[in-house]
Amino acid sequence: MKSLEATLRTLRDSGRKALVPYFMAGVTEDWTHHVAAAVHGGADAIEIGIPFSDPMMDGAVIQLAAERSLALGTTIDSLCAQLSAQDLGLPLIAMTYYNLFHHYGLLRAAGRLSASGISGAIVPDLTLEESDEWRSVCDQTDIATIFLVAPSTTPDRFARLAATTQGFCYASARMAVTGRASGDGDASRVVEAVRATSDIPTYVGIGISSPSQAARASRYADGVIVGSALVDLILGGATPDDTERFIAGFRTALDE
Amino acid sequence: MNQTPSYMGAPSTSGRFGDFGGRFVPEALMPACLELETAFVDAWADPSFVDEYRSVLHEFGGRPTPVTYLERFSRRCGLEVFAKREDLAHTGSHKINNVVGQTLLTQRMGKSRVIAETGAGQHGVATATAAARLGLSCTVYMGELDTQRQSLNVFRMELLGATVVAVTSGSRTLKDAVNEAMREWVTCVDDTHYCLGSVMGPHPFPWMVREFQSIIGHEAYAQLHERGVGVPDMVVACVGGGSNAAGIFAGFANTTSRLVGVEAAGGAAVTNGSPGVLHGMKSMLIQSEHGQIEEAHSISAGLDYPGIGPEHAYLAASGRAQYVGIGDEDVLEALQTLSQLEGIIPALESAHAVAWILQEAGRDIPLGSSVLLNLSGRGDKDVAQVRDILRDRQ
Repeated sequence: MKSLEATLRTLRDSGRKALVPYFMAGVTEDWTHHVAAAVHGGADAIEIGIPFSDPMMDGAVIQLAAERSLALGTTIDSLCAQLSAQDLGLPLIAMTYYNLFHHYGLLRAAGRLSASGISGAIVPDLTLEESDEWRSVCDQTDIATIFLVAPSTTPDRFARLAATTQGFCYASARMAVTGRASGDGDASRVVEAVRATSDIPTYVGIGISSPSQAARASRYADGVIVGSALVDLILGGATPDDTERFIAGFRTALDE
Repeated sequence: MNQTPSYMGAPSTSGRFGDFGGRFVPEALMPACLELETAFVDAWADPSFVDEYRSVLHEFGGRPTPVTYLERFSRRCGLEVFAKREDLAHTGSHKINNVVGQTLLTQRMGKSRVIAETGAGQHGVATATAAARLGLSCTVYMGELDTQRQSLNVFRMELLGATVVAVTSGSRTLKDAVNEAMREWVTCVDDTHYCLGSVMGPHPFPWMVREFQSIIGHEAYAQLHERGVGVPDMVVACVGGGSNAAGIFAGFANTTSRLVGVEAAGGAAVTNGSPGVLHGMKSMLIQSEHGQIEEAHSISAGLDYPGIGPEHAYLAASGRAQYVGIGDEDVLEALQTLSQLEGIIPALESAHAVAWILQEAGRDIPLGSSVLLNLSGRGDKDVAQVRDILRDRQ
């Protein structure tokens, strides 16, 4: 079992609902301070978005964040160097599109991420069917490969995806790209479909933008992912203290 | 059976042409891609579907399009040049072949709406046209920059009952329109088909679109035989995503004809690109040293694309076809030359192929060769833009 999954299973067994905020790496000069603030605010793992020029699965907020980050010169190497300088003490999960890893070299990319403290990767345009090569290099580097399931996922695919995903299973609440829909939508049905075939921790994302939505989803899921709402706050000029308060609001709602 | 490899057959079960193609989409879209593959395989093997597709292209689309011997142009080049006249098809380009197939398939799948991306507007206009004919609702995504360059086509689409959405993200051109159409498709996949305009995207699109366009090559093959030309020495077509080229190459892939795809020099994915993954496919892409997709630059909105269809990447890698680049200046020159020598104003896209023939006659193309040129579209949509460019120079 990958170390990420061991950590997240232990977390679930302790009765705590996982809170996973998403940050776009390099979106501001002080982005790592925001990440540290989220840790203080009560996050359990951090998703690190790596900016790509053509984010097919992302709505306007994360598109804008990616554009800003790229304009500031963010690369896999630059963000890994910044992360290596931190000791955040909780799991880091990379999220980006396959071309960046393909271009960097799969084994080299997995090695670079791993050496920077990243223990999982979400690649939303990498289908289960195309993932053999990536999964095999991840197996050499203790990077967990995390798959998404969606409201449109068919029963046979739920079974195969739940059996293949590592760390946790990412349940999309909505048939939408990030930041375009609000509310947990079909998430309970999606989580139930994963549960019917696997005991992997299952987190809900795409549609969770407020503490009350997070609390609602946590009644049936093991955790939540908060992306665009947080990125929007940071794009709007939030300080790390604002980020900490934002995350603490979600923490309180999840712990109630 | 002989040992000659066969080209342009069906891809592998995972949608690969050699190392290229495949399916790289969010899980949310996988069921729709699988459903489409099943529906296409079933329809394409059903004689009643194929009959309807052919009959619509005949009665509504104006097929078969003629092959015209370009007498004065041939004399100028020292070649025998024949043009396959896709410019005479309904809506002014080869795009009608694909959209007739895909809208009939949409109807067969029980969906009531299509979305599409467009660059120059030709695919958008064709989709709006085919959708109107079947009473399908239609939304077209077009880069904001392209809506300005091709404002008349925006109006055409609206006149046909379609909604046009100007895409303001990224470079505001074709690649961003594809991103936006994919994002939209996720939200409405139950009742909506994504009518992709070229031989690109996730499996089965590159294969399906090539099959719907292969009518160009099969017609041309028969037409050249009828007039005693036989198999031409060379087949030349412009390439953005590559649908008109794939369509005409399909008729000649297993003959002795040399196949040449002409890209815009500012978007030459085969010449200047490297392997990568974008828009659901693995193919050749123009990208930065860090794997960020770069913006293509071309005088023609239709070739302003940083990638190429995966089957073309394979035909290039295997050596079966050759891909070359042509710059904007030569394109403008060629457009005027063909207009004045033959009375045919080609689309700026098609003028790339014309320009390469003019440039290479007597060099890469031996004098006296027979050349089949795919005249993929007519230049009406480009006349205002060309006028402005030429007037600015006076």
